[in-house]
This record gives sequence, structure tokens and C-alpha cells, in this order.
Amino acid sequence: MSAPEFKYEITRGFLPGHRACAGCGQASAVRLIMETVGPQCIVANTTGCLEVFSTPHPESAWGVPWVHSLFENSAAVASGIEAALRKQGKLSGVKVLAFGGDGATLDIGFGALSGMFERGHDVLYFCMDNEAYMNTGIQRSGSTPFAAATTTSPAGRESFGEDRPKKDLPAIAAAHGIPYVATAAMSFFADLRRKVKKALEIEGPRYIQVHVPCPPGWGYEERLSVEVGKLAVECGMYPLVEWENGKVTRVRKIKKIPVEEYLKGQRRFRHLFRTEEGKAQLPKIQEIADENIEKYGLAD
Amino acid sequence: MRKMIEGSRAVAEAVGLCRPDVISAYPITPQTHIVEDLSQMVADGDIDAQYVRVESEHSAASVCLGAVAAGSRAYSATTSQGLMLMAEVLYNIAGMRLPLVITGVNRALSAPLSIWNDHQDTMALRDTGWLQLYAENSQEVLDMHIQAYKISEDDRVLLPVMVCMDGYVLTHTYESVDMPTQEEVDAFLPRYDPLYKLDPDDPYTLGAFADPSLYQEMRYEIQQDALGSKAVIKEAARDFKASFGRWMGDVLDPYQCDDAETIFIGLGTVVGTLKEWVDVKRGQGEKVGALKLRCFRPFPLEELREALGNAKRVVVVEKAVGVGAYGIVAAEVRAALYGQANMPPVTCAMAGLGGRDITFETFEEMLKRAQAGESDFFAGMRAELLEAS
Repeated sequence: MSAPEFKYEITRGFLPGHRACAGCGQASAVRLIMETVGPQCIVANTTGCLEVFSTPHPESAWGVPWVHSLFENSAAVASGIEAALRKQGKLSGVKVLAFGGDGATLDIGFGALSGMFERGHDVLYFCMDNEAYMNTGIQRSGSTPFAAATTTSPAGRESFGEDRPKKDLPAIAAAHGIPYVATAAMSFFADLRRKVKKALEIEGPRYIQVHVPCPPGWGYEERLSVEVGKLAVECGMYPLVEWENGKVTRVRKIKKIPVEEYLKGQRRFRHLFRTEEGKAQLPKIQEIADENIEKYGLAD
Repeated sequence: MRKMIEGSRAVAEAVGLCRPDVISAYPITPQTHIVEDLSQMVADGDIDAQYVRVESEHSAASVCLGAVAAGSRAYSATTSQGLMLMAEVLYNIAGMRLPLVITGVNRALSAPLSIWNDHQDTMALRDTGWLQLYAENSQEVLDMHIQAYKISEDDRVLLPVMVCMDGYVLTHTYESVDMPTQEEVDAFLPRYDPLYKLDPDDPYTLGAFADPSLYQEMRYEIQQDALGSKAVIKEAARDFKASFGRWMGDVLDPYQCDDAETIFIGLGTVVGTLKEWVDVKRGQGEKVGALKLRCFRPFPLEELREALGNAKRVVVVEKAVGVGAYGIVAAEVRAALYGQANMPPVTCAMAGLGGRDITFETFEEMLKRAQAGESDFFAGMRAELLEAS
């Protein structure tokens, strides 16, 4: 029996050989994004998993110009790159991209991101959302969902994990009135590609927040990243929405499965299934999903 | 062309003559007229630059970082709290070997809140990898910016330069300056043409992380190039003199030091006052001299040893306190002289903090107490406040 033919076009974007964990949702998503963007771009990357697993000196997985400065300043660094290209007259041919994790984007780099939006820079910013500080050891971020256990929001005798809901950064981004905001998911390849393509055709600040499952951070088998990501979307926990100039223009309809289907396979939520008190939290999470479903008309 | 302008204006015009592609600054915490003047020059089309109005100094420095990485010349100015907020990015810029010039306007740090002059802000950033030059007057600060870009972008250096100027005393003072023409500056300062930049047609990865097998050598290289930049700073001062006919020192600038028994060391505008006072003392037959420490990073170790070798006494006019230890400059001067034959005693006279005037009386007090053998003290204190507490 001959081995199946493996067709993989090596583009000038994000190349194989990096050190991401097996099953890393972010690595797959970045590959999809970079294949869609093509080689005529410059990438500014925050400190975080993507930076660390792709550029241990003297190696680099980037076939395009790429710069990493600090944790919280990619939006500002990208603004500077954009301003330089504008001055050089090269902005029309080169796309300026920024990548940040959810901690870098929702928490420590929030001011810089808002500044980039408000100043109208021609930058496409990707928030790679794995819902905690995974690179530093799974600490809670502003993007950690309600009831998820992390190393700084652990479940315990008097705790059910994270006690606050996830910060709604896409809505905050949209409130800036920027031309394009979208949520996407690694698990929905075609949808992600379509959103990247659409964003590339728009000028100005654009924000795409990509749901990227994390096997070691969430606690599930590496082979299940696509499945887990799909369940998040299909239960309403991670609505896939597009905003143009501050208005919702398109949503992805979902199957509306119960949230337990998404939660039960993950270590970060297992405390919810072990005690009666834990199980009593589940309706609160279903409520969050139901609110999303109603707000965006996900199941109509 | 000679003109009577504010110190901030002199800097803005000098920066404009250096043709920055990207300027980024934050308005307060606090700011000076430098960036307001540059904004107006951009608004009037007098300089062709992108002006990025950011939401913080952290982002101002980050925008400059991105712009330089993309192959453009950039500029920012800030002071005090703003410099502190930039600190993380300043280390990063130096570590990434990105040439950049910013003006570090010297003002005190909070708390208590003070917008007035001293040197605690830039001194706190002395180990960032940035080269630090301190200007005495408007002409020097103007000329220093033009030299700073040349030094920073030199392939032998590739380190950012902070031009330090005293807040209010220099930024808000009107002085007569000789403003060079665009042609003169263009002839002295070539267009920025980096070895490496972010370019899709020739992609590089900038800012990769280094594990313990690599990091130390990278710091070593920065250290070597920072030390080596002293030669480039001297060269820039000489070339500048050849082009513009002006000389205000290179790493040091001695005044009446050759036969001086007591040499006062100062940085920035206090040197002007010191020179006046030295003239008065010389008139009274006292052999005092003034030594301007024009370049604090790299630290001019050998030059200081030579300049101070024959003095009987050295007094450092210290405008930054290394709280819990010693005056920052004095500690380094002492270290430079340590082990030298006939090492003169070095007195650390802390003064001028938070905008307190340093006058002839302050120098007299410093001299008297140094002669009496005091080594570390605050000069120009209000005794009644201390008694009250």
C-alpha cells in the first residue's frame, strides 16, 4: 500500500518546523491566515506562544518579514510600520498585520490596540484567542470564560474557577466604528479564510479574533482540537459574527447543542461535573450561550 | 542664520532638518513645545513626515520602533513620567539595535509630583543601552540632535541616542542660535539606509528570543559597541566642527581645568552657571575649573582620568540621587578614578532637585563643605523645613 499523496504547498508565510505543541489550534490558524494573505506583508507579533514557538534564535518559521518587540505593543509597532510604509509610498502593495494572544490583546495591550483603531491605521490585527496566558503557564486572562479553571483562577473548595464572564472585545472593537471586525475559529477553515480575504480588501483598522483551542491549556486530546473548536461555536459559547463600521452584518448559524457537550471533554471545566454544586453552575453557562444566541440570532 | 528662539523650538527645527519620516509623541506626563512645534511644521508642510499621535509614551516609543524597523528615520520626545513609561520599550529598542533619536527632557519624578528640572528621569535609564548626551545650551542641543542621528545610524554603533536637555531651564528659555540650512545638514547627515529592515522582498525575522546559550554574547556585543561608540561620538563632533565651525566638546568639555585645584563636574545647563562662577573665582585668584560631562553613556572613563588626574579635589554637582546609595554620577566618577595614583577626593553635592535653583551661593557652599572634607551631602537646603520636620 503506497502512502497517501501529501499535498502541501509551502508558501512564503508561516512555514513548517516550528515548535508548537501537538494539536496547537493557533499554529493551524496562523498557517491558514498566512496562506490566505500571501507574501507581500509585514507581521508584528506580540510576546506569547506564537512568538516563542516560531522564532527561537537563530531559527524562524516566518518566510515574511516579521518583528517581535514586547508583550503589549504590537498594535503600536504595527502603527509605526504602517506610518513608515505610508511615508515610503509602499503601503498600497504591502499589508501590515499584527498577531497577539488574548492576554496581549484584551489585557496588557488593550490601550495600544484602541489607539491603533482610533487613529485609523491600515493594519489587520489578529487576536489569537486561546482564552488564557498559555505561554506562561495557563493563567487567567480577560478572555478566560466563566467557570474555566486556570492556574490563577483555579477551582477549589470555595471556587468554581473564573468568576467573571469573558471580556467582549469584538464588540468593543466594533464600537470604535472601525471598518471591519470579525470573530472566527480555527475549526471553521473556510469561514476563517473568507474573513481574512474580506479583511484584506478593506482599508483601515481591522480586527479578527480567532478561537484557537489549546490542548495543554484546556486539557483535551491533541487530535480533538478541530472538534473542540467546533463545539464551542455550535453551542453558542463562541459566536462567529462580522461587524462592518460598527454594525453586525453577518453571523454564522449554529446547531445549538447544549453547552455541556462543549465543556465536558475539557480539564478546565471538569470540576463542574464532579459535584452537585459544580453541576449547579452549568445553567449559568448555558445562559451565557443563550444570550449570545439571542443577541446575534445564531439559531433563527 | 542666527535667530532668537525658544530651546524647544531650536530642537524642533533641528529635528526637522534631520528629515524624520515618522514622529510619534504623547502630549502629557509631561511634554514640551518640541512636539507641538513639530506638529505645526508637519501641518504647514514644512517637513514631510508622518506624525502619529499616540495614546501613551509606551506606544510613542513602540511606533518609533516599528518605523525604524521598517527602514524609516523616526523621532520622539518626552520627559519624566513619560520616560519612565517608555522604559520597557527603550531597553527593547537598544537590544534590537535600532537607531533612533529621542529627546529626553530632564524633569523630576513623582512623588511628590513636580514638573521642574532635575536629572533623575534620564539617569534612571542609564543602563538601557541608549547612548546619553547632555546639552548645556540651545546651540548645543540643536547641534547635538544632528550629531545624534549620525552617531546612532553609524554601522559601528547601531544604538539609539537620547539627547538630554534640562526642562524649563533650556526648553523654555529663549537664546540666540545659529540655525544651519537644509543643504548643510543634508551634506553632514546622509539619508537613513539600514542594513536590515522589514521588507517583503528580502524578509528578515527581527526580535527573535535568545536562550541562555546566546543571550550573554548579545549583551556583550551591545556593551562592546556602546563602549566603541565613544570614538564615533568624537568623530561626529570633529566632523561637525569641520562642517559647521562649532565645537562644544565631544565626550567632555573642560573649562579652565588645566591648572585647576578643584574641578566641578556638571551635566547640562548647570555647566553654564558653573563657567560664570569659575570666571568669578579665577578673578579672586582661586584655581577652580568646570568639566562638562557631555556624554554620560558611554561613560568616558579614560578621558575623565586624564582630565581629573592633576586636580586636588573633584566636586560633582549631582542632580539625581541614587536613593539609598550615592549620587549616580559621583559614584561613577569615583569608580573611574579608583586605584589611580594621587586620586583626588570626589565630593558628591546633590542639588537642584525638583527645579531648585543652583546659584553661585550653592557652588560656594559645595566648595566650602568639600574643602572641609564632607563627601556626600545635599546643598542648597532650606534648613527651616528640616527643622520643622
